Amino acid sequence: MLKVRKREEPWKWGALVVFLGALLFSLVVSALLLAWQGKDPVHGMDILWQGSFGNLWALEGALLKAIPLFLCSLGVAVAFRMQIWNIGAEGQFALGAIGATWVALGFPNLPGYLLLPMMFIMAFILGGLWAVIPALLKMKLRVNEIISTLMLNYIAILLLDYLVFGVWKDPTSFGFPMTPEFTSGAVISGIGGSRVHWGLLFCMIVGIGLWAFMSFTRLGYELKASGQGARVAKYAKIRYGFLVVFVMALSGGFAGWAGCIETSAVLNRLQPSLMVGYGYTAIVVAWLARLEPLNIAFASFLLAALRVGVENMQLELQIPAAFGVIMEGMILLMVLAGQFFILYKLERKKSSQG
Amino acid sequence: MKRVMKMFVVMAAMVMMLTLFACGEAPQEKKAEPEAAPKVEEKAEATTENEKMKVGFVYVSPVGDAGYSYSHDLGRQAVVELGYVDTKYVESVPEGADSERVIRNMARKDFDLIFTTSFGYMDPTIKVGKEFPEIAFMHCSGFKKSENVSNYFGRIYQSRYLTGMVAGAMSKTNKLGYVAAFPIPEVIRGINAYTLGARMMNPEVEVRVVWTKTWYDPALEKDAAKSLLDAGCDVIAQHQDSPAPQEAAQEAGVYSVGYNSDMSSFAPKAHLTSAVWNWGPAYVKTVEAVKNGTWQGNQSMWWSMADGVVDIAPMGPMVPEDVKTKVLAAKAELVAGNDTIFAGPIKNQKGEVAIPEGTTAADGDLLGMTWFVEGVVGTTE
Repeated sequence: MLKVRKREEPWKWGALVVFLGALLFSLVVSALLLAWQGKDPVHGMDILWQGSFGNLWALEGALLKAIPLFLCSLGVAVAFRMQIWNIGAEGQFALGAIGATWVALGFPNLPGYLLLPMMFIMAFILGGLWAVIPALLKMKLRVNEIISTLMLNYIAILLLDYLVFGVWKDPTSFGFPMTPEFTSGAVISGIGGSRVHWGLLFCMIVGIGLWAFMSFTRLGYELKASGQGARVAKYAKIRYGFLVVFVMALSGGFAGWAGCIETSAVLNRLQPSLMVGYGYTAIVVAWLARLEPLNIAFASFLLAALRVGVENMQLELQIPAAFGVIMEGMILLMVLAGQFFILYKLERKKSSQG
Repeated sequence: MKRVMKMFVVMAAMVMMLTLFACGEAPQEKKAEPEAAPKVEEKAEATTENEKMKVGFVYVSPVGDAGYSYSHDLGRQAVVELGYVDTKYVESVPEGADSERVIRNMARKDFDLIFTTSFGYMDPTIKVGKEFPEIAFMHCSGFKKSENVSNYFGRIYQSRYLTGMVAGAMSKTNKLGYVAAFPIPEVIRGINAYTLGARMMNPEVEVRVVWTKTWYDPALEKDAAKSLLDAGCDVIAQHQDSPAPQEAAQEAGVYSVGYNSDMSSFAPKAHLTSAVWNWGPAYVKTVEAVKNGTWQGNQSMWWSMADGVVDIAPMGPMVPEDVKTKVLAAKAELVAGNDTIFAGPIKNQKGEVAIPEGTTAADGDLLGMTWFVEGVVGTTE
């Protein structure tokens, strides 16, 4: 008989073994699924590799996709650490995009060195404010933030739709919902002629900045400490209410930056197709990375690479798009489920007892 | 095999780093972040093993949806019949940033011709087109074009007009329901043509519009259809990619009009007819033009019933013969190239004359249409 017991000490190398095992296991299952579809599984895995890490163009695509994921996820993780369940990164992302577009359309003739910082600031403010609403509702009226942040997502997307279908619609777009294209000053350019843009550097700075803030400042320490709950925080004379608002503003601001970067660097205009669910994927990434900034960088890159790689499989092997979703779901499930073994271990019950 | 081994080794290395930092170590170095700015790589190894022409298709939804992408995929299959063509497609590609990557990935693999079949692929197609001037791109339903990008669409409003005639003749409550996706010109134009057709047969009829703001969401589309049924509509038409509104109509015992492909199998008792796409002839023509070197960029094609690109599905057994005769007569006119659907006088919702007598709306006006004709109940927002 097997018995589940909580580990008294953390399992050395456990995280590595579990992650690797889960990844390997799900890749093997994926390969079996491929074989079942009548495709050569080894060839299939090779194509997945080619499309995610094996080529410069693949790396480029994965990096580009990882940027908004990273920022959203970072924001979500900051709030989660304090046990504030911000499910609203999607909406805050939309508000950031709206803020950036507002500035970009309002001051089209400004040079980039003025316009871009203004866009980033406005994106942070609007994204942050959008997240402060549920924070205030939580503190003043005890409204559950899971519900309010989620609901605000829908409102944010409708607001975005309203703007691009209405007041901001490009008069030359034949009635199609999109704003005019941004002027060159409002576009984040690529690094040295590649498609990977300066948003990547921005991500690194934000990541390091957040890590330093959490590690070296009093506010950061208080944030971590209040993760134990409101009561503990009060006992330690930490201003819990202020911290909730602060952390949500930060969280929303990061998602807002992601929206700003995606609008400016990738789409060069605001349009409804901006919203592809980064805000929701960010939650998965944050958990996968156990809320640590550097882990988040890796996890968002891995997930982005997987998505890009699966696209390559679809193109080369002509497998259904759903296969990619299944594969991704499986990997995430395995990795998350595998964490069970880090906290618990299975023991053989002594036969004399039975 | 070697590559697979390499893959595992590198993944293992990445995982190792991941877990190292998971143990709470301070990340003093940032070099683990993959190096920035990889250079655009040269073309992937050229495949000259077969001399077949390579044609790619990018779809916005799954091909199994019996809807929009399905109809494009039927067109792709017609291209395969040519024998000298190798086709590949990628389905369920989100519009925006993701589509740009998919299109670029195709272009990099030396496709000769790429069809991007959704409006949201417009900017990405233009962008990638600039990087790969040797490749012919065909973008569906947009308005931009360039040296090696042409755009195309079909005058599905002609089919809408004919299906509207059937619906108008069959309605007893004089209320028609229309489940619509997004208030963009393509959809608005279709609703207008449908209304004009319906009122041609029955001047009393009105068309109620509900926007779902989705292209493909069966549950939501079914609910939208139900709300129209509750309002007393007894024919449900749709500009959606799922057959859900058809099912709702059949369950309520009223009639329905399908879209994209013949949807009769989803609601045999309700289905009057469908406005259908028939991309085959147009795609075959395009592929042949590229093969012969006669294909040109910078073109805008708006194919009609005369080109065989749009049509209606066979009308159901419940449609009386005299209605069928009238509809087929109108169809014969369209097939002959006499399109008078948007010929004046046509009034807008306020009752003002929007297209005066003696004139016909120009293609440019139709492509940018953002107003409803008289008889439509609903707003274009």
